[in-house]
Amino acid sequence: MSVPRFWRELDTRYNLIGSYCKITKTYHYPRRSFNPEAGRESIGSMEDYQFKGTGEVVSSTVVHQAQTGYEMFGPYCIAIIELDEGPKITTQIVDCEPEIVKPGMKVKSVFRKLGEDSESGILHYGTKFILDESLETTNDEDGNITDIEV
Amino acid sequence: MNGIVSYGAYVPTHKIETGEIASVWGADGSAWAKNLNVYSKSVPGPDEDVITIAVEATRQAMKRAKLNGDHIGAIYTGSESHPYAVKPTSTIVAEAIGATPNLTAADFEFACKAGTAAIQTCLGMVGDNQIENGIAIGVDTSQGAPGDALEYSASAGGGALVIGNKNIIATINHTTSYTTDTPDFWRREGQKYPRHGGRFTGKPAFFKHVVSCGMMMMQKAGTEAKDYDYVVTHQPNGKFPIRAAKTLGFTNEQFETGLLTPRIGNTYSGAVFLGLSAILDIAKPGDRILAVAYGSGAGSDAFDITVTDEIDKMDRSETVENMVSRMKIINYATYAKYRGKLNMGATK
Repeated sequence: MSVPRFWRELDTRYNLIGSYCKITKTYHYPRRSFNPEAGRESIGSMEDYQFKGTGEVVSSTVVHQAQTGYEMFGPYCIAIIELDEGPKITTQIVDCEPEIVKPGMKVKSVFRKLGEDSESGILHYGTKFILDESLETTNDEDGNITDIEV
Repeated sequence: MNGIVSYGAYVPTHKIETGEIASVWGADGSAWAKNLNVYSKSVPGPDEDVITIAVEATRQAMKRAKLNGDHIGAIYTGSESHPYAVKPTSTIVAEAIGATPNLTAADFEFACKAGTAAIQTCLGMVGDNQIENGIAIGVDTSQGAPGDALEYSASAGGGALVIGNKNIIATINHTTSYTTDTPDFWRREGQKYPRHGGRFTGKPAFFKHVVSCGMMMMQKAGTEAKDYDYVVTHQPNGKFPIRAAKTLGFTNEQFETGLLTPRIGNTYSGAVFLGLSAILDIAKPGDRILAVAYGSGAGSDAFDITVTDEIDKMDRSETVENMVSRMKIINYATYAKYRGKLNMGATK
């Protein structure tokens, strides 16, 4: 990824800055200047919004054939999570055994290195997610996610 | 009065036990653990480095004091393992807490005491009314060469202190420093691992500076060891800080709260920040703390601190103890992979 392209999206990646549509009262991530649901009316009615960084897992999978740049993690968990404000995003869930991640589990954002442009290139930072341990015990009824080590 | 407005800490979840490292080199793990008083150490994950740790610690400090970036006039990050040789860690931290662009920022280097030098710089700027608040960060992800004694202790972690003069949870009554040219530990430009003078790192280096600086601090403050509730010093292993504290006249009850190295290893620039954070997690108004950092090369910075009533208003539910006890134990193979100790050959 080019340096300017990543730089333009720093606040989106670092601080989960997205958009709030004042017409439909809905949240969007990443940032957008137009909301297709509201059409032309939404132009000029979208404002920046910083997401709280909390949400829950909708779906997850364990990646065994790591993509380039992720070899050090293998196997690792990639999940679709729904932020508390509504948008769904695809992210890596880190600091836990990947197979314990299940739908409904609470997650929270953390600041991590996303990658690098070669050994001498620029480093990319942004947001990943971890299981929210303060809330995990509430999921005990599922019977399959106790004794989580995060 | 100037002092600490807020504090934050971060310790990686991954840990490796001393016995696991010793087994790779055919060494006696129990003996190493006992001799160093280090039983496990923290390891940064593949996506953790000085920058991510600095951001997490700073965000915790900002959240605790309900501060936003507009309140911050300076950020200084002290470390000997900045990911970039040229490009500041501090600007990334500033962006990640929304403090840009109206602030000054720089990275500091003075082995393990670069972060406390940043505290002194912030104190000067706050005292001179140049800024409302400044953030001093001490953080490291240092490495020991495979098989070297340092490999048993060099770990990762860090902390951040917001320094200001309003709503302070702890006043910094005095600070003093003790600095000499003592070549006990170094890493040359371009070298991956540091080198050290073995036993030379003890008496003429760590002990001379920490004990002298601690004594100077108490002389300046007009105090004795018994006047303090807590003491925290730099902790390159689990034994040096105990011997230094005892030499200064302190007891187990005074130094055990801030002594984290036996469980997380030597976090270098992060060590005094993490020990102080662990103390502030449980401190009560009126408690007095002596903090003495040490950086090879060599120098010590000491701080005489008194906790204020404001600390009771602060949310202290996220503790250093939680981070220390949260463990994902890894083996040496995983450790070597995470720390870039594998030769990836042509594939990398």
